[in-house]
Amino acid sequence: MEPIIIEGTPKTPTVKFDAAQGVFEIKGRSIPENSVEFYKPIVDWLDTYKESPLTKTVVNIRLEYFNTSSSKCILDVFKKLEAIHKAKNEVEVNWYYEEDDEDMLEAGEDYESIIRVPFKMIEIVE
Amino acid sequence: MSFDIENYLKDQNRNNVILFYKGNVDSDIINHILDTVEDKLVEVNEQPRLRKRVYNVLVESLQNLYHHVDKVPEDFEDQKSEKFGMLLVQKVNSGYKIITGNFVRADNVEKLEEKIKRINRSSHEEIKELYKFILNHQRISAKGGGGLGLVDIARKTGNKLEYTFKEYNDKYSFFYLDILVNEEILT
Repeated sequence: MEPIIIEGTPKTPTVKFDAAQGVFEIKGRSIPENSVEFYKPIVDWLDTYKESPLTKTVVNIRLEYFNTSSSKCILDVFKKLEAIHKAKNEVEVNWYYEEDDEDMLEAGEDYESIIRVPFKMIEIVE
Repeated sequence: MSFDIENYLKDQNRNNVILFYKGNVDSDIINHILDTVEDKLVEVNEQPRLRKRVYNVLVESLQNLYHHVDKVPEDFEDQKSEKFGMLLVQKVNSGYKIITGNFVRADNVEKLEEKIKRINRSSHEEIKELYKFILNHQRISAKGGGGLGLVDIARKTGNKLEYTFKEYNDKYSFFYLDILVNEEILT
């Protein structure tokens, strides 16, 4: 399965989902006006991946900012991962947040409380 | 005297204004405003936590305008702007003020005011729960909004949402939202 690679822009994150390695990354800013349009290909890709996932998938989320409309799309991404996890595959989410960015840590904790996938909160110390 | 929507902003203390904008709120304008304000906050060496909070609240305020403003009244001077809004960003003692203004059709006033009142009578903990509930249960609307903008602003600032509706005519009101983003939030 082809990886999905999207270069970042000032309003949208860098996305690298590599099915062969089982390593997925979303990094940067996610503040587009139309987030559904941006995330749809990613969610569709995950639908295909979840048919035959690796036994272990690692997901790295390193967001600096995200808007509320992205927050729903990111939840959709996590719901796909939850389905993969539920089908007895290992899924691990690493939620990165910058030093002292309590808001970003809390955002990660919100998802952790909704989604049944193990989360690791990782502070980026400069 | 005809209704002057800028009076409200003129009456405010105009010192330390970082940015004032009125006109069409499209995607390019949003980018431009975000860049300008972010550059200024970096320039004055604002502490990262407050800088990020201001940026977040600004994104939500602008995208609230983008997704939700009603069409301007027929007799309004600016007919070209499909999504007319106003924005003031100002440095104040304890942090930053972000004030937005936009037209709301009279029949939408009550719904919006109810929403704000509900947020304002909630504790910080309740707002957090409300955010999670909407995140998990509400679909993105046809307009593209997630219904989370105001809740997120209240959560990030920890402050009540100050607002005013000024009647423009029997069909329209002008809505001001006055947001204070300060250093410490009460939890």
